[in-house]
Amino acid sequence: MPTRSAEHSAGSAPAAADPRAASPWLGRLLIALGLAYLGVVLLLPLLAIFSEALSKGWLAYLTAIGDREARVAISLTLLSAAIAVPANLVFGVMAAWAITKFEFRGKSLLLTLIDLPFSVSPVIGGLVFVLLYGARGWLGPWLEAHDIQIVFAKPGIVLATIFVTLPFVVRELVPLMQAQTAADEEAAFSLGATGWQIFRHVTLPNVKWALLYGVILCNARAMGEFGAASVVSGYIRGSTVTLPLHIEIVFNDYNAAGAFACATLLTLTALATLVLKTWVEARGRGARRAALAVGALPVQAAPRPARSGA
Amino acid sequence: MTRPLKARVLPGFGLTIGCTLFYLSFIVLIPFAGLFLKGVAIGPTEFWQAISGTRAVASYRITLGSAFAAATLNAFAGLLIAWILVRYRFPGRRLVDALVDLPFALPAAVGGIALTAVFGPRGWVGRIAYPLGIQTAYSRIGLLLAVTFVGLPYVVRSVQPVLEDLPPEIEEAAHTLGATRWQTFAHAILPVLTPAILSGFALALARGIGEYGAVIFISGNIPLQTEVTSLVIAIKLDQYDYAGAAAVALVMLAAAFVLLLAINVLQAWSRAYQVR
Repeated sequence: MPTRSAEHSAGSAPAAADPRAASPWLGRLLIALGLAYLGVVLLLPLLAIFSEALSKGWLAYLTAIGDREARVAISLTLLSAAIAVPANLVFGVMAAWAITKFEFRGKSLLLTLIDLPFSVSPVIGGLVFVLLYGARGWLGPWLEAHDIQIVFAKPGIVLATIFVTLPFVVRELVPLMQAQTAADEEAAFSLGATGWQIFRHVTLPNVKWALLYGVILCNARAMGEFGAASVVSGYIRGSTVTLPLHIEIVFNDYNAAGAFACATLLTLTALATLVLKTWVEARGRGARRAALAVGALPVQAAPRPARSGA
Repeated sequence: MTRPLKARVLPGFGLTIGCTLFYLSFIVLIPFAGLFLKGVAIGPTEFWQAISGTRAVASYRITLGSAFAAATLNAFAGLLIAWILVRYRFPGRRLVDALVDLPFALPAAVGGIALTAVFGPRGWVGRIAYPLGIQTAYSRIGLLLAVTFVGLPYVVRSVQPVLEDLPPEIEEAAHTLGATRWQTFAHAILPVLTPAILSGFALALARGIGEYGAVIFISGNIPLQTEVTSLVIAIKLDQYDYAGAAAVALVMLAAAFVLLLAINVLQAWSRAYQVR
């Protein structure tokens, strides 16, 4: 899970003199092995995307990404992310509040359902919508009678995107909010704050980095979704083709350079995501550690909230 | 830690749980109920026929086999990478640390075509491997490469925090007692890391089983050889065999649930070792 990575590289480097420091040649060998593996599995493919994209020159590159179908695909990808991310953000906050601030029966079942999109193949994510809203699906005849098309149309793409990105925000918020006590919120409540005020002024400052982290991951996945989208899309060119699907079409048309040109857009988005993610982790780590440390104590013992400007 | 006082002191339970259930019903519950009903509606004979077809059965073997092999490879590689990231300082370490998450951030389809570009017959690696008789793309090796690529971060990210929080006393004690470096690793460190390694392994396995985007570009999609179960479902859908697609999907869903259960147990076990 990406959750755990928020804690890594805390700078607790082992001192050079302690017995754990291995002999230099063993260290160098291990580093070389690890880097060689990453180089072949990660770095070469990353470089290949850009090299292939520019293999026919800048003009071909610009033509490929400026193509009308490519532009339609880009705007559909942006549109579905623009709907899916805010929807799952609101859902994630609501679900995390209900799950972490209250006790109720069936909570683990609820968490399992929320995790479901992570654990099934995206193809199944698309399939369930086809079975429900498709022409021969459960609601197909009714939808047809009312002239509503969901599958093989834009609403299907949006639904599929929402489905695959549903867990990201909740999964970041729940562990963090569970680790914090509700004492601050209860104090605010006893002082007469409304639910929204409590969330806005007490809870949000403690979880904002986790929230942002979840949104970044959610967005990255929304932009890149392929399996679920390919099942519900119907591949109607210039209408229901998202950017990853457009890349597939162009690639299968034996226009590798064009496909890689479009792929650079998503790759740059992914690299920006990594940079943003690393930055958020660095910002969030201090806040997270402090929040967890304070949360572990029964009585409020350390100054907590004024971390935002740190 | 249980906090009995928490019971419904705060406002907002009705609103948040209501909205959560409503939203979840539309996006997850009703669609999956539709899938189950479809599975029930087609009847046991046809259901069995759909899930026991030659191509379907071969695809289970291929999917599980490649996911298992890739997760095993990633368990070793992930341990190594987590180890060098935590224990050594080298130039570009932070860059490497950030880059490990690339398969999380890069769309699977882009990863798939990028692997094809490197390991295909004219790619940087393929150009060397093909003349040696190693077919690195459109083969089982290609399939394995794709599944390995998408599963790479899981073991690294589950082992890293445990390794960072490992109390130095463990190794110091082992060292004082005269253990060699290898003995210290095998008997003092590895047992502590095992739950995290297994938990990362299970996550990579789950991801590998469901992988579609990265796989279909480089595996060649040869029926009975490199055709994965996700693709079998997609093909059945393309042929408007909704019943067959639903039946095979239910098999995958059952497998996913078993894995999910295992992951939850492993993560609880793993957390027990992680000192905050």
